[in-house]
Amino acid sequence: MDFLRPASWEEALAAKAEHPTAVPIAGGTDVMVEINFDHRRPEYLMDLNRIGDLTEWEVGEDTVRLGASVPYTKIMENLRAELPGLALASHTVASPQIRNRGGVGGNLGTASPAGDAHPALLAAGAEVEVESVRGSRRIPIDEFYRGVKRNALAPDELIRAVHVKKADGPQQFSKVGTRNAMVIAVCAFGLALHPETRTVRTGIGSAAPTPVRAKAAEEFLNAALDEGGFWDNGKIITPSVAKRFADLCSAACNPIDDVRGTASYRRHAVGVMARRTLTWTWESYRGTRRASEGAA
Amino acid sequence: MRVNFTVNGRPQEADDVWEGESLLYVLRERLGLPGSKNACEQGECGSCTVRLDGVPVCSCLVAAGQAEGRDVVTVEGLADFARQRSCGTGACGGTSLDEARQWQAEGTDSQTGEGSGLSPIQQAFIDAGAVQCGFCTPGLLVAADEMLERNPNPTDADIREALSGNLCRCTGYEKIMDAVRLAAARQSEGV
Amino acid sequence: MPANGAPTKITQGTRTKGGIGESTLRPDGTLKVTGEFAYSSDMWHEDMLWGQILRSTVAHAEIVSIDTSEALALPGVYAVMTYDDLPTDVRNYGLEIQDTPVLAHGKVRHHGEPVAIVAADHPETARRAAAKIKVDYRELPVVTDEASATAPDAILVHENRDDHHAAHVPHPNIVHRQPIVRGDVEAARGRADVIVEGEYTFGMQDQAFLGPESGLAVPEEDGGVHLYIATQWLHSDLRQIAPVLGLPEEKVRMTLAGVGGAFGGREDLSMQIHACLLALRTGKPVKIVYNRFESFFGHVHRHPAKLYYEHGATKDGKLTHMKCRIVLDGGAYASASPAVVGNASSLSVGPYVVDNVDIEAIALYTNNPPCGAMRGFGAVQACFAYEAQMDKLAKRLGLDPVEFRQLNAMEQGTVMPTGQPVDSPAPVAELLRRVKAMPMPPERQWESSEGADVRQLPGGLSNTTHGEGVVRGVGYAVGIKNVGFSEGFDDYSTARVRMEVVGGEPVATVHTAMAEVGQGGVTVHAQIARTELGVTRVTIHPADTQVGSAGSTSASRQTYVTGGAVKNACELVREKVLEIGRRKFGSYHPAWATAELLLEGGKVVTDGGEVLADLADVLGEEAVEVEEEWRHRPTEPFDLRTGQGNGHVQYSFAAHRAVVEVDTELGLVKVIELACAQDVGKALNPLSVVGQIQGGTTQGLGVAVMEEIVVDPKTAKVKNPSFTDYLIPTILDTPTIPVDVLELADEHAPYGLRGIGEAPTLSSTPAVLAAIRDATGLELDRTPVRPEHLTGTA
Repeated sequence: MDFLRPASWEEALAAKAEHPTAVPIAGGTDVMVEINFDHRRPEYLMDLNRIGDLTEWEVGEDTVRLGASVPYTKIMENLRAELPGLALASHTVASPQIRNRGGVGGNLGTASPAGDAHPALLAAGAEVEVESVRGSRRIPIDEFYRGVKRNALAPDELIRAVHVKKADGPQQFSKVGTRNAMVIAVCAFGLALHPETRTVRTGIGSAAPTPVRAKAAEEFLNAALDEGGFWDNGKIITPSVAKRFADLCSAACNPIDDVRGTASYRRHAVGVMARRTLTWTWESYRGTRRASEGAA
Repeated sequence: MRVNFTVNGRPQEADDVWEGESLLYVLRERLGLPGSKNACEQGECGSCTVRLDGVPVCSCLVAAGQAEGRDVVTVEGLADFARQRSCGTGACGGTSLDEARQWQAEGTDSQTGEGSGLSPIQQAFIDAGAVQCGFCTPGLLVAADEMLERNPNPTDADIREALSGNLCRCTGYEKIMDAVRLAAARQSEGV
Repeated sequence: MPANGAPTKITQGTRTKGGIGESTLRPDGTLKVTGEFAYSSDMWHEDMLWGQILRSTVAHAEIVSIDTSEALALPGVYAVMTYDDLPTDVRNYGLEIQDTPVLAHGKVRHHGEPVAIVAADHPETARRAAAKIKVDYRELPVVTDEASATAPDAILVHENRDDHHAAHVPHPNIVHRQPIVRGDVEAARGRADVIVEGEYTFGMQDQAFLGPESGLAVPEEDGGVHLYIATQWLHSDLRQIAPVLGLPEEKVRMTLAGVGGAFGGREDLSMQIHACLLALRTGKPVKIVYNRFESFFGHVHRHPAKLYYEHGATKDGKLTHMKCRIVLDGGAYASASPAVVGNASSLSVGPYVVDNVDIEAIALYTNNPPCGAMRGFGAVQACFAYEAQMDKLAKRLGLDPVEFRQLNAMEQGTVMPTGQPVDSPAPVAELLRRVKAMPMPPERQWESSEGADVRQLPGGLSNTTHGEGVVRGVGYAVGIKNVGFSEGFDDYSTARVRMEVVGGEPVATVHTAMAEVGQGGVTVHAQIARTELGVTRVTIHPADTQVGSAGSTSASRQTYVTGGAVKNACELVREKVLEIGRRKFGSYHPAWATAELLLEGGKVVTDGGEVLADLADVLGEEAVEVEEEWRHRPTEPFDLRTGQGNGHVQYSFAAHRAVVEVDTELGLVKVIELACAQDVGKALNPLSVVGQIQGGTTQGLGVAVMEEIVVDPKTAKVKNPSFTDYLIPTILDTPTIPVDVLELADEHAPYGLRGIGEAPTLSSTPAVLAAIRDATGLELDRTPVRPEHLTGTA
């Protein structure tokens, strides 16, 4: 095994081009476990910790450019307003120690369906900025996940940042695990209201081979909210709409039975989380509306 | 490969490090600092918690090469670290990265902690009966000390959240809660 | 307080600081908080090698061939050993039945069985070498439960059994069977107004001590070996190790290294023999440290169990009879299974008066992971089932579950199903009264001005509910555990106590082979020496095999038995010191001859408080030393047909009240509070007592809601050998645990004390389950209860 220590992004890209099998390591949460347990013996290990740019973020007009290695702790502490769904998801990642080191780049690189960031990114809407010596490109988050622990990266590419849409409405994230802390997701759900476009987006984790959106549920809810004039009148969403949305979210799952939970439970739990997060975000939306009307 | 970094205020060098070794392995097996414990090697127990440039991390998940040039505080250096902090300029206001880097051990053997008194959190763990087998203790001490640095008056829920990455199998955590409350109380009384 | 207990008789005064009854602090505390305390995995030696074990990847197979040539050829590899390299004809070991191969011989019987061992200059070299060993397996069918294991044509896990249980078991795949019959169950059933039945399942729990198995074996010049090891019983290890190495016991020296928790998981050998073999083969020190994955295969687990119960009761709430069958899965090797069967059967009734019983407990041989000792040892599984039955009965009778239990609670004088009368306090009803009387935790603690604090809700940080679906439930349970080794076992301990003057001050040194695993035995030994010898300074000598056996740190027995041995040795030392005093100073004061003399505060005093001499003057240059074995009163084996016999030494009792909040829609549980009341006889160190109770309670909580080793029934392979998927409670899962300690002396025990470590692990689990049933209205007949069981999605 060789240990590569690129001092800059350019050096990292050059190294990755020269050694496409090199395994990038930043927070170490996934890679070190695989090494410690002898599941993986990469030819090259490439440390990304020396590249300061990766731990920086910029809040732009419409998006936040989040460096791939910005620790989850920083997201929780600094980006709660701009990226509320991701901040909530970050708070559920493993333990404080791991949140201090792990970043979204690791979740995206591993592309495990259980990665906590995925549902929040899917719901918020994001693009993954990847780069190689051949050039840079942005992959829409919906096209990023390609299979169980497979993503859209070419062998010579590295994840540099993720561009996440700034929240224009309430967002929520919820995750089921059989412990009250430090737990891998049995399944997870992210929901974002986008009042500007009058749309709702979702993300489901650990309930299909890849992180997925519940598109049929989104379409149903978008239509229902539109028809009922809910965005304007701020009425409480009717239970039947919420239930139908929850059922469609459950239906979007394609889970398996495993040691963490049954497929049947995952479908059920995603439905419950969908209904609850819809209630929480919608209540919050109504609250903001009332507050802004009050102010006006 | 060779790795150089600072541990408990002293420069350290490890030679012939296999590239797959963790920081934890290097501390324990190459630098004679076995205080950080190896209990799961997968970031699920917190027994190996050290501060890396001031930040609590699982040293089993840091590749040794990633520690190059960085500053590490282990349980062996905790007493000195706490003393330095209480005497330092930023009194309890948190440790900046620069402060963390500037910090040096004073006249003690960083391998054993000999010649140093205990930090308030260490003393509180003993006094409250928070130590049984003690295997989780080093990691808990490093995590709890850092929390009290950030949050000198934690609620019970704050303590539980801050220590939720550290497993203990002996105590049922009640005496650990007592210890952290005790350390916080003593800290606020300036004892 | 019910007046069952006599006040504790302490012959020595209490004027010596730091004696029994005080919450003195651990002597190893400072070392443990500074990181200096040397655990077995911290051992290091110049030129040491690293050992690695190759384990079977399948559960049941014939080994067709093993090729180690590539592994041996790897640079940095010093030795590769298989069964064929073992030095003597003794190639098996085991606690009671020597059925466990040191290295697999022609066959593997469970997933993860050791097949070959490697020593190399770096752990990675050792791992690579192990990976290069080629093992050709021919897989065999697996037996994984009672039906498959006891079928007439079942494949036998062990052919040609010749152990002492083989003759009386109904099938060769049954390790041991213990029936207990008493009274007339059929007649009693006729008197019952209600009969409830239940079939319960207890999952496989892991001890999950935090310090994985590890140790260092150092070859010695005399051809022997010195093993630094984390274990629960040095001399039991020694007895099993030496014959395999072909060495006399005196050439195998053992020193207890720091132990990172045990809970029963270190009663059996793990890497001990392997490290010694490699050290003797290479002539170099060899260190072996399991990682967490390997640890799940490296020690036995708590027996999973199926329990079939029937209880009857009259309308007015009196139990008429109990019938039960307890089927424990012992896995591939016997380990402690026979004794676990003895406990499960003899304690299957619980702390209740039931005159008519028909009980059967068996342990199976299967191809599942071997199971053996874990805190609670057979009594845990039974308690889960009989307490569920008590709630069912109370419900059927329309009685309050606590009152119903109190109505049937045993007390001092009750006769156990084994015919053994309970001859010390058994405050079962009182313990229940006390937990019930504790104030209830406030409702809806998660509510705050800033909204719901998810940390206080089911799901915790995962943000699954802000109060929706959350229902509170309350449940009670009480249990009975035996203390000490039972069934006629010669259960003794040895203590060597020395007293001399050092630097002008009398100092006592206590040397035992007791394994300090975190429980605080070392603290208590120093307290006993202070109380008995009137000294302030006590040195606790490291535990090793240079002194006689202390027995096991298990069965809640060490404070009782090794504590008893230390007390006894101190008393003998005291007599000798007084003899010296009489010889030297007897002529100066008549009280030397006439008064009851005590050692207190470094002085010899009369029972009237008059100081006769300083201990330093009495001892002068002399040192007094005593090494002596000490035994509790003997027990008897249970009759193999009737289960009758005075099998147990002492019983201990704890009761719990669990308050839970369940997210009934998602099936997530938050335990809000787990209150415990326990009778400890005499709290030698109240701080440690409470710590033991809280720790035991939390392990019971774990197996109620999350902890289970999952074994694939088709392949007998372990599916979750990691801390990612075998979950133990975090600090956010663990509630406040108020503890009410009752001290009713047992006149048969030293200081009246009662072994305490295990009882709280028993009743915690069924109390949590009862609370979840209360919240959800579900029957819940298995533990751990998982979200799918609470949501109909299993």
